[in-house]
Amino acid sequence: MNNTEHVSFLEHQGKHKGILAWILSTDHKRIAFLYMYAIAAFFLVGAILGLLMRFELIAPGETIMKPQTYNGIFTVHGIIMIFMVVIPGLSAVFGNFFLPILIGAKDVSFPKLNLFSWYLFMFGSALAVASQFLKSGPPDTGWTFYAPYSTTTGTSVIIATTAAFILGFSSILTGLNFIVTVHRLRAPGMKFFNMPLFPWSLYATAWIQLLATPVVGITLLMLIAERLFGIGFFNPDLGGDPVLFQHLFWIYSHPAVYIMILPAMGVITEIIPTFCQKKVYGYKAIALSSLAIAGVGFLVWGHHMYTSGMSEQARWFFSLLTFIVAVPSAIKVFNWISTMYKGSIDMKPAFLFALAFIFLFMIGGLTGLILGSVATDIQVHDTSFIVAHFHYIIFGGMGFAFFAGLHYWFPKMYGRMYNFKRANFSVIALFVGFNLLYFPQFIIGVQGMPRRYFDYFPRFQWAQILSTIGGVILFIGLIVMIYNLVKAARSGEKAPANPWNGSTLEWQLPSPPSIENFDEDPVVKENPYDYN
Amino acid sequence: MSNNSPHITDYKVLAKVLLVLMFLTFVTIEITSIDLAAFTVTIALLVAGIKSFLVLSYFMHLKYENLLLKILVTMVFVLFIIIVLITFIDYSFR
Repeated sequence: MNNTEHVSFLEHQGKHKGILAWILSTDHKRIAFLYMYAIAAFFLVGAILGLLMRFELIAPGETIMKPQTYNGIFTVHGIIMIFMVVIPGLSAVFGNFFLPILIGAKDVSFPKLNLFSWYLFMFGSALAVASQFLKSGPPDTGWTFYAPYSTTTGTSVIIATTAAFILGFSSILTGLNFIVTVHRLRAPGMKFFNMPLFPWSLYATAWIQLLATPVVGITLLMLIAERLFGIGFFNPDLGGDPVLFQHLFWIYSHPAVYIMILPAMGVITEIIPTFCQKKVYGYKAIALSSLAIAGVGFLVWGHHMYTSGMSEQARWFFSLLTFIVAVPSAIKVFNWISTMYKGSIDMKPAFLFALAFIFLFMIGGLTGLILGSVATDIQVHDTSFIVAHFHYIIFGGMGFAFFAGLHYWFPKMYGRMYNFKRANFSVIALFVGFNLLYFPQFIIGVQGMPRRYFDYFPRFQWAQILSTIGGVILFIGLIVMIYNLVKAARSGEKAPANPWNGSTLEWQLPSPPSIENFDEDPVVKENPYDYN
Repeated sequence: MSNNSPHITDYKVLAKVLLVLMFLTFVTIEITSIDLAAFTVTIALLVAGIKSFLVLSYFMHLKYENLLLKILVTMVFVLFIIIVLITFIDYSFR
């Protein structure tokens, strides 16, 4: 490629100018940026709400807000973080930007549908935000909208569930686009088993998005129908079954955990071989474990329902399946560690984030086994142990993988380098703050601290204080990271095409890439991680 | 890469499939008037499954696609059946 003729997608002059050149663009990279800025804004709002909850919990009783406000805030925090940040996060941002590039394509299969997905995402998000400010008050059901309470509460449940329904459609369309892209647009010569592993994880994720999301869509419609027309799907007073809601909700929402974590695993699988300068260990095992997680992940939803009144036979069956899903996850962890073994390790910030991911994901995964086992789950059900486990998987997993991906691909996306010292500081602050925030919640959870409670016994206060301090450190780490990246995007040093000596296709392109990515059909290596 | 070659289905074939679909819709309606207890839903689902198969095969052209896509779509139905069966482990023993 001749760099003197290179016009990056950021500088490209199309039919439209200014903001229209962005919000009407069907370029997958620009759409990725649209998602990223929207998600970053939602994330900051969600994080501030989380911090407010932490300040409320610093002492027993009322400190900075009323109980109903607290109920509203934890619901909003959940809806924003789950539906508007974590589920779309990695797929919509890095998937959109890098899937076509990594398989040697010029765009996704349906670029207009891709832009439409973003509009649906923004519309659904706007509705979710609006639901918080309506006269009836923000929904107070938690992000799970459990029936029968959600069928009777006077808060804005219908608007919030409609928002989740529309956000789900955005997710389905993105999944559909990615499946077709992987099947139809791979570069000549690129077979499934020499595709990089991030596209593999996106492919597995896309199937979950396509198949599981309609289930929650229908469930939420049933909930709306019950509220509006009094149809007795879930309310026992009307002849319904509240456990049916839980079944339907978790048939989607457990696979949704894998919508969040599978792309995260894909990002980590790209980062580790690059910073170890070593071929990834067990390529096929990692690729197939993504499909295995997607497949088995569909069958374990009942472990969220051990205390719901579900039959005993179903409980042990779901417990068995839950233990099985741990196997493909463990395969990935063992393969990452084996890839590092005897590698030429370069401790750059992206790699440090990846290491933090493995550590935090391991804690989240191992505590997941405690929750997968029926007897121990019943002991800690609906306690802060769940809050800690959940955040170790979702924030420690998906969140840290997102930060890792951001630091890994930032030079490619913006064509600029960030400051390593500030980046390292943010890794440490985030890691320390995160553990200080969530680990004490495991301990008081086992001791009986309930989740979603506004008030608590004084004996739990030591942990709540530590958690609040951790929350503040975490927030400082976030601010430093954002400052560092924003400063780099505006005035950072120019990044070379391949700053990390990576071997996959994106590093063969100039930074940032041109509007059509490849001027000529890319050369596809037999193994995408060939460092010899 | 998948095979993108075009294919044209004869209108006569499509018309025959449409007639079969209409007949099966009639069966779905009529089955509700016969008392088959729990099997009513089973038969209705079976008929719906056959109709889906015909629509996917002829109207959505899956019949002409490569083996990989056929396997993937079959897996979706297998997954759906497994999910329904697992749900009934709860309902059957509660």
